[in-house]
Amino acid sequence: MGEAAKKQWRIEIDARRCKGCNICASFCPTDTLELKGITMDVKDIDSCIGCQLCDIRCPDFAIQVFPL
Amino acid sequence: MTTEATARTVPYKEKKPFDYDPYLRQGKLPHIWCAGCGHGIVLKSLLRAIDALGWKNDDISMVSGIGCSSRTPGYVDFNTMHTLHGRAFAFATGVKFANPKLNVIVTTGDGDALAIGGNHFIHAARRNMDMTILVYNNYIYGMTSGQGSPTMPEGAVSTTSRFGSIEPPFDTCELAKTAGATFVARGTAFHAQELEKTLYEALKHKGTSVVDILDSCPTYYGRFNKHKNVSEMMKSIEKDGTISVAQAAKLPPEKTEGKIVRGILHRAERLEYCDGYQNLLDRVQNK
Ligand SMILES: Cc1ncc(C[n+]2csc(CCOP(=O)(O)OP(=O)(O)O)c2C)c(N)n1
Ligand code: SF4
Ligand code: SF4
Repeated sequence: MGEAAKKQWRIEIDARRCKGCNICASFCPTDTLELKGITMDVKDIDSCIGCQLCDIRCPDFAIQVFPL
Repeated sequence: MTTEATARTVPYKEKKPFDYDPYLRQGKLPHIWCAGCGHGIVLKSLLRAIDALGWKNDDISMVSGIGCSSRTPGYVDFNTMHTLHGRAFAFATGVKFANPKLNVIVTTGDGDALAIGGNHFIHAARRNMDMTILVYNNYIYGMTSGQGSPTMPEGAVSTTSRFGSIEPPFDTCELAKTAGATFVARGTAFHAQELEKTLYEALKHKGTSVVDILDSCPTYYGRFNKHKNVSEMMKSIEKDGTISVAQAAKLPPEKTEGKIVRGILHRAERLEYCDGYQNLLDRVQNK
């Protein structure tokens, strides 16, 4: 469980496109995302595993996950 | 064949996110679809499948009728046509016939394809002209505020069935198969990666391909049928309500009862319409 081995990710959310449907957050396997007001926000970036499921299910082209 | 698509698409993990921009008309975004509408998820799966095939934008023609789902061509940088309600298949037939080199894709809704367009749908399938038809199936007419469509399940509430529908629904796939489509499949927006692979196979198939895609209209179908939110709706209809062909094959029939089957359901080889026409020309002109 070496901490150094864990891959890091950066999540970009386009607030002009996000409509706050919450699909990404509800199906994120690690509970990384959370709605803040009417747009999505990152709750805990360290928990992200980079699976890209949030991006794949985002209907609005609003979220992307980049490897660091 | 499936492995080709799998090889590129599954390891998103180590890669950068998929770049949709080259396929989109940026100035048209954000799109008009409601928060949580499944149509955007379907569009993204389609663009990834097109990317896996390496098709160029100019070699694709996307044709639609009328409805929320039929707004899709407006957002993509292909040769696009937004035509008349239910008539997308007729326009697409003309496009393909005029230029058989184009890859023709029809994006349509359950209402557009199977209600007003039902006649055109069966005849497109019967001719087996090379085109891929995506039926965005949300059981309802989203654009005109939630009238029930021919795929709406019995008991479902809509603007036109306030106390629950008493009509048996059409099964899009059975209808397509019976009418003569040579590739028939089903997917859901929830299973977006699986859908991408199914669409890859559908696009590659020569002949009429029909893909029935369950996606959500939270604004009307969801609200009328007491779904708490779109995630709960996707979970109950698309995730828990369906089963893959492979899973279904392993389980006894009583375990799969009431579940809708996803995956490639029918594949056949039959003379494609433009090829048939070419044969006719060769026969009549040369002799
Ligand atoms: C000839 C004609 N009749 C009726 C309409 C009204 N109308 C517009 S969209 C639509 C239904 C679309 O439903 P569907 O194809 O399921 O698409 P969705 O909006 O659910 O994506 C209807 C009846 C129309 N535009 N033209
Ligand atoms: S990449 Fe996966 S783990 Fe990270 S936020 Fe998106 S869904 Fe969650
Ligand atoms: S009305 Fe329904 S189908 Fe139309 S954009 Fe809204 S959620 Fe989608």
